[in-house]
Amino acid sequence: MSEEMTNPAAAAKPAAAAKPTPAKPAAQKAPPLATLTPELLQLQQHFGEAVIAPAPYVGVLVNDLGKLREVMTYVRDQLGYDMLANATAVDYIKEGYIEVVYHPQRSRGGEPLTLKVRVPRGDDPVAPAPVAVPSLVPVYAGAEFQEREIYDMFGVRFEGHPDLRRILTWEGFYGWPLRKDWHEPYYEGDTKPFDSRWPGGHHQLAEERVPWHDNVNYPPGFDPLNYQANPDAGLYDTMRSGVPGLDDGSASNGHAQVAGVGAAVSVLDRNSNLLVDEEELRTDQIIVNMGPQHPSTHGVLRMVVKLDGETVTDLKLVLGYLHRNHEKIGERNTWLHNIPYTDRLDYICGLANELGYVITVEKMMGIKPPERAEYLRVIMAELTRIESHFWAIGFLLNDLGAFYTPALYFITERDLILDLFEAVTGSRLMCNYMRFGGVSRDFTEDQIMRARELAFERIPRKIDELEQLLTDNEIIKARTVGVGYLPAERSINYSLTGPCLRAAGVPYDIRRADPYSIYDRFDFDIPVFYGADVYDRYRVRVAEMRQSVRIVQQALNQLDQTKPGDIQAGKKAYNHRVPAGQAYGRVETPKGELGFYLVSDGGQNPYRYHVRSSSFINLNSLKEMVVGHKVADAVVILGSLDIVLGEVDR
Amino acid sequence: MTELNRANMPEELQNDPRVPPDLRNNVFITTLDKLYNWGRKRSMWPMLFGLACCAIEMIATAASRHDLARFGWELMRASPRQADLMIVSGTVTKKMVPQIVRLYNQMPEPRYVIAMGACATAGGPFKEGYNVVSGIDKFIPVDVYITGCPPRPEALLHSFIKLQEKIDKQSLRNVPWYRKGEDDVIPIPVLGPDLVDMRRAEEIKAAAAQAEPAA
Amino acid sequence: MGLLGTGILKGLGVTLRHFIDTYAEDLKYMLNKSGVQQPRPLRRQSPKVRGLVTVEYPKERLPLPENFRYVPFLVYDTEKQDDKCTSCGICAKVCPPQCIWIVRTEDPVTKRPIPQPKEFYIDTTICMNCGYCAEFCPFDAIKMDHDYELSYYPEQEPSARLVHDKARLTKPDTYHASIHPTDWQRELNERAAEEAKKKAAAEAKAKPAVAGKHSEGNSAAQ
Repeated sequence: MSEEMTNPAAAAKPAAAAKPTPAKPAAQKAPPLATLTPELLQLQQHFGEAVIAPAPYVGVLVNDLGKLREVMTYVRDQLGYDMLANATAVDYIKEGYIEVVYHPQRSRGGEPLTLKVRVPRGDDPVAPAPVAVPSLVPVYAGAEFQEREIYDMFGVRFEGHPDLRRILTWEGFYGWPLRKDWHEPYYEGDTKPFDSRWPGGHHQLAEERVPWHDNVNYPPGFDPLNYQANPDAGLYDTMRSGVPGLDDGSASNGHAQVAGVGAAVSVLDRNSNLLVDEEELRTDQIIVNMGPQHPSTHGVLRMVVKLDGETVTDLKLVLGYLHRNHEKIGERNTWLHNIPYTDRLDYICGLANELGYVITVEKMMGIKPPERAEYLRVIMAELTRIESHFWAIGFLLNDLGAFYTPALYFITERDLILDLFEAVTGSRLMCNYMRFGGVSRDFTEDQIMRARELAFERIPRKIDELEQLLTDNEIIKARTVGVGYLPAERSINYSLTGPCLRAAGVPYDIRRADPYSIYDRFDFDIPVFYGADVYDRYRVRVAEMRQSVRIVQQALNQLDQTKPGDIQAGKKAYNHRVPAGQAYGRVETPKGELGFYLVSDGGQNPYRYHVRSSSFINLNSLKEMVVGHKVADAVVILGSLDIVLGEVDR
Repeated sequence: MTELNRANMPEELQNDPRVPPDLRNNVFITTLDKLYNWGRKRSMWPMLFGLACCAIEMIATAASRHDLARFGWELMRASPRQADLMIVSGTVTKKMVPQIVRLYNQMPEPRYVIAMGACATAGGPFKEGYNVVSGIDKFIPVDVYITGCPPRPEALLHSFIKLQEKIDKQSLRNVPWYRKGEDDVIPIPVLGPDLVDMRRAEEIKAAAAQAEPAA
Repeated sequence: MGLLGTGILKGLGVTLRHFIDTYAEDLKYMLNKSGVQQPRPLRRQSPKVRGLVTVEYPKERLPLPENFRYVPFLVYDTEKQDDKCTSCGICAKVCPPQCIWIVRTEDPVTKRPIPQPKEFYIDTTICMNCGYCAEFCPFDAIKMDHDYELSYYPEQEPSARLVHDKARLTKPDTYHASIHPTDWQRELNERAAEEAKKKAAAEAKAKPAVAGKHSEGNSAAQ
């Protein structure tokens, strides 16, 4: 289209070879190397021209795509960034390229690195980008879903990815939704607020504006009557072997089955005392779809499991049943508009999400909230953690077969916390409480009293009761100890965060690893257990609730020293302009690390709004946890990950 | 109220001057209707089926504080075959809608649908999204709508009371589930390049043939 | 670790205690003759209570906190007999899902805008109850309602009801005062302060304006 567009696209003939030429002048303009962190400096010295840092640029650019994997391996092994926190992409349509952004981090703590690569985006909005990026799955297993998401949203292919299919939409979906030139059917404008609302705002339903009178759009010449839809294309491909019916007949059936059985038994052979020689026994493996409507999947998740008898031999996840286009909408919203939307990410703990978003934007704007607001934020975020863990434990027990009693007990406690949220913020779930540079409302005396009652009396008492009810229960132990084992180094490689990682013995909690807000003022511990199984994930959550109670107690005690009513830095505004730039901010939500990667072009709306959601990335490791266990345990292991589909699918 | 019941009444009675206007509905069948509806409305089994944020409030409604069982809506069944009521609790995405329609088709009649919250009613705050269906009523018939994002548990309970009201107005004489013939099976939408409502296939084909190639 | 099964027994003890507490609490309440009694739903939700928590909704209701927000409504100034809304459009701008539509009134002759909405729509099927419109309205003209009993069935009312127009949205300020007493008090205080300021300004104007000029001249000189 424009001149800027054609220029880099033309330069992008053979990928890696042609790439360095346009980027070289940028390398000359690079700032003195001293502005880079020691790690990046080391990286640059080691790789020379392949890693550059163009002038006003956050992080470094891996200039030579072919070397990406090598660079990342170096980052992981030599620099110690053993965990890929985040991977996403940004479509710079004017410049004509898509930038893939990686944030590796250390499980010991500290800020993440920022590494980027660029690929030409291509002119065709429905064709994938002409150049593929080497997949990082061999280096960081946690990249698997994230790369699939980038492929799904931007059409960037990843070479060497084990299973590159669409993840949030379905196979056959038309176009790459997060590209800037791709518009949805109800598209009304690039940025909100829309002009049609005021001053001549005659109400019109979105349906009335579009040709199909519905939220759909079809490519020209589309014929639904002769269309072979296969939204699950490729899903069963790697699961086929040994499954009659799905087999394409090439593999010798009997052999494949026995191999499958052997593999499964070897995992469990500790207690195998089989009277039957399994070589003789001819059994079929079957594929079972659990979900998207299934009582144990905590929402609309679909697990495709391959079963040998009752043992899971393979597992694949189908996501996207709650893909609500959070990021696409978020890029149209103003900065302020996004706050209530973040509530709906992980709808169990909305306040924690808000905190993450608000902190990231504040980082870009360079403002700080007043003391009292900081305390209120911490109180709310920690109460959210307690409330979310109550919920998680209740429903973990539900998955274990302890139907409803524990869940009902804990929902009662949760309701009391939600009452406080409602009194302060106005809503039980979707609090919309945090603002840039403050919070929306102060606690009244009554509300502080209520919070004190909860934090000093009710919640500690109930956590004790919870432990009495569950912790020593032999049935629970029999069902959970040793189930879903994933050792620490694998967990880290899978980018597992949150209570599940801490149950594997890694004391990684962003409140300590990369402190934000005022968490450095409080005296609290990061509970760590070493079993790396479902039972220890449960115990970590209980211990974390106790620590959260401690934080809330301290915060409530110190709240008296702050000035009542002083809850907003500067004047309350609705039209924020955020300086151009990029930022990656993260907080520790009850589910793990919630990160926001924001790109601003200086306007009222984010240019790119990416959510690094912990539930989504934690699911990467589910397969390794589940394979070898019984199908009933698969349900429990999923429960122990504590995912929320709103955050998984966004 | 009167509109509905008048329609249920036999023609000759409607115009019979000997029947006082307020008694016109209270002929024999209404007694049986009352019993029938009383039984139905107080033993509704909702389907255990959550979609999004509203599902959390739905679970809260079923929990101790609000206690759905007080209404006789005792059990949440995970199987559509055992459920009378589908609470569409949350955002309906295009990817999910084939499953919802399938579940609805699998529910035995009499069956009811509550669209809980703004999203299920008409798309809600996510309406503009490319993967969001503008209301589940575009695919399956909805009996009661609830406004709110998310509705409080009490608001959900209020919708149950409304649904009971609605059930009360139904009459054995003309309820659809005793009629002869095939069940109404809603064709399951297809995930093509976009969601395809097969009932509109011809229309879509015609329009797509005329559409200009993408710019 | 004790005998196998003690963990289960301990857990069963907890459920038994819950069971007993449920009756004990209600008995205690019934026998408690002294002093003012809290209403049952409130008492059941207090953090101190140990027994049953059920609130029998249509009969009993939990009091709604003042901040509670559901769907917005427009405040009608009963004193001035006028809409408070000036159709400035801020609410339409801050609305995240863009569910507010406003048509500004225009003077039929001069085509100049008149600070009053001609039409005002809120599409409740899109509204996310975030409360921004009420929070950022500079005129206290739009507030969040407490009425959550909005479910309906189509036979009862047409679905157009989901889009609230101006007539439906407008509610008197007495209603606002009844559900938001503190907020209303703040408004009254602000209004009183404004009046006082105006009065002071008018008095200052009435006095010879020499003093003011003097100070201005001084600051300019500096």
